[in-house]
Amino acid sequence: MAAVTTSTERSLNKLAIVGVLIITMIFLAPIYWIASTAFKPRNLATTIPPTVVFQPEISPFVKLFTKRSQLRTAPTPEQYAAAPWWERLVFDGGEKVVRSGRGEVQWSGYPSRFMNSLIVAITSTVLAVGMGTFTAYGFSRFKVKGEQDLLFFILSTRMLPPVVVAIPMFLMYRVVGLNDTHWGLIILYTAFNLSFSVWLMKGFMDEIPKEYEEAALVDGYTRMEAFFKIVLPEAATGIAATAVFCFITAWNEYAFALIMTNRRAQTAPPFIPSQVGSGLPDWTVIAAGTFLFLLPVAIFTFLLRNHLLRGMSFGAIRK
Amino acid sequence: MAHIQLKNISKTFGNHTALTGLNLDIGDGEFFVLLGETGAGKTTTLRMIAGLEKPTEGQVFIDGVDVANWGAAERDVALVLQQYSLYPRYTVRQNLEFPLKPKIRRLPDAEIKDRVDRAARTLRIEHLLDRKTDRLSGGEMQRVSIGRAIVRKPRVFLMDEPLSALDAKLREALRTELKNLQMQLGATFLFVTHDQIEAMSMGDKVGVLNHGRIVQTGTPYEIYNNPRDTYVASFVGSPPMNLIDGKLVNGRAVMAPLNFELPFEGRAKTSGATDGRPLVFGIRPEDVYLESGAPVEARVHDVENHGVEKILTLRVGDAMLRATVPARTDVEIEQPVRFAWDPDKVVLFDKGSGINLRHAG
Repeated sequence: MAAVTTSTERSLNKLAIVGVLIITMIFLAPIYWIASTAFKPRNLATTIPPTVVFQPEISPFVKLFTKRSQLRTAPTPEQYAAAPWWERLVFDGGEKVVRSGRGEVQWSGYPSRFMNSLIVAITSTVLAVGMGTFTAYGFSRFKVKGEQDLLFFILSTRMLPPVVVAIPMFLMYRVVGLNDTHWGLIILYTAFNLSFSVWLMKGFMDEIPKEYEEAALVDGYTRMEAFFKIVLPEAATGIAATAVFCFITAWNEYAFALIMTNRRAQTAPPFIPSQVGSGLPDWTVIAAGTFLFLLPVAIFTFLLRNHLLRGMSFGAIRK
Repeated sequence: MAHIQLKNISKTFGNHTALTGLNLDIGDGEFFVLLGETGAGKTTTLRMIAGLEKPTEGQVFIDGVDVANWGAAERDVALVLQQYSLYPRYTVRQNLEFPLKPKIRRLPDAEIKDRVDRAARTLRIEHLLDRKTDRLSGGEMQRVSIGRAIVRKPRVFLMDEPLSALDAKLREALRTELKNLQMQLGATFLFVTHDQIEAMSMGDKVGVLNHGRIVQTGTPYEIYNNPRDTYVASFVGSPPMNLIDGKLVNGRAVMAPLNFELPFEGRAKTSGATDGRPLVFGIRPEDVYLESGAPVEARVHDVENHGVEKILTLRVGDAMLRATVPARTDVEIEQPVRFAWDPDKVVLFDKGSGINLRHAG
């Protein structure tokens, strides 16, 4: 049957598009704000009304990545001429780079915090999704004694706000020496995400007809081979969706990172606000830090977007 | 090729009993059809032979060897299902190669290619080899499924309603193809279906399964003409056998609540059919005929035209009776007609147990 669109339907369609545009703009506004502030000269960051048109600069990023302090006096022309380009950028921003004892610009804490975030988030996501996939497969395909109770128990770990256990966790971690270590955070985030991962993956596993594996079993493959050759590719969508959610949770986690780490293993979320520091906060630097912090999740989600769309509506598409 | 035996198999799932005391004997090279309604236990039986399910009680023998401890991989059987037996991410060729590549019986590449090509030629799917399976029609998919089974040269082919999801024309065509294939390969087939036409047209032997029990095993001819009980009588045949309650009185069949009589002399009588015993008279619709001088009057309740023949529903009192008559018979609804039966074709069942008197005792 040919689609019959009346004029009312068409105008309704237009209305829907306008609605979607407005909602998208509302969602994108804070991101625009962060992105634009990250490229603003410092003196334009807090103007009222906000400056929309400006000459973009990368000095906030230079300041983000280097140790610096403010000087009251501007650099002399000789100093300026002698400085390498990245220092000049800082001079242009009205500040002077403090040189270390050996007369070099030092890295700030941000790159290592960012690396910590990557290490912790990626490892914990791989662990949570991996274990969750196996567990979900077990629950989905085998008769497990007390299956419902076990699943409920797994879910129940999400029923209390994680911060409630922060102090006991802190004390326990101190005893076993996991404070301020990557593994400490990885274990924590894996534990947070595991219940979510098991439940989500169970949904996906239940959707995969067991006939596929049975055919493989009859064809002479072991259960494990059937799992890797047949089930895993079929579950790719679910794994991608679960991974995105787990990654976002681990990447954005703030409270535990703040409590459990301080230097070596600190992740970016508690580090960025610490840059507000004393004196006048430099919002452009904070915006630059936040902007870079948003990128990995955005890239990850973008790469998996096709899977994600199917994953979000799981159950509705198959069958 | 192999000989399959199931001895005294029972299977329960929790509180649900799927099979009880099942005995089956499938000869080498036989096309055995397991016929039954949905939920009768057909698929469970098949899965137990495949090794995907363990019997609660009883033993499965393949070529005389008890295979209780053999996994699905070791039994060397092939399984064709109604759907979902093709891997969606693979091409047809990859699907056909898959059963030849497990570690336990990995074949050399040349042999794999040879077998795949041969199977594709047999099933006329050569042009589809490089296609992804989600781009196939239902019939093509089932062909590939069958192909996946035949490349392996397994000991037994197990087919779980492989044709049920197809449309009527295709089903008919594949039915013939499958039967030819089986004869050509000389393979042992166990074919599960709820479709009695498939059972009748393909099976060397048919086993009728009802509520987890084998009710009757026999050739399609035996099943059709000499059903063991009223269940088989009413399940096999389209339209099914007419079953009418009654008694024998002085060589006449007296239908109990309906008060009509039909002659019933001599031949079909068996030892148990004594006068006055409550019986069920079974008569196939094609053995009921219309005749002007026939003993019973009925009204035509309904006419179904099937081309070569018409199926009439006759109304006698409150009872309905089916009769298959030649298409040229000119009848109208509500027209009074007279009918008789062929007494030699009547099958007598015990009223209480429903068992065919010829089978009883």
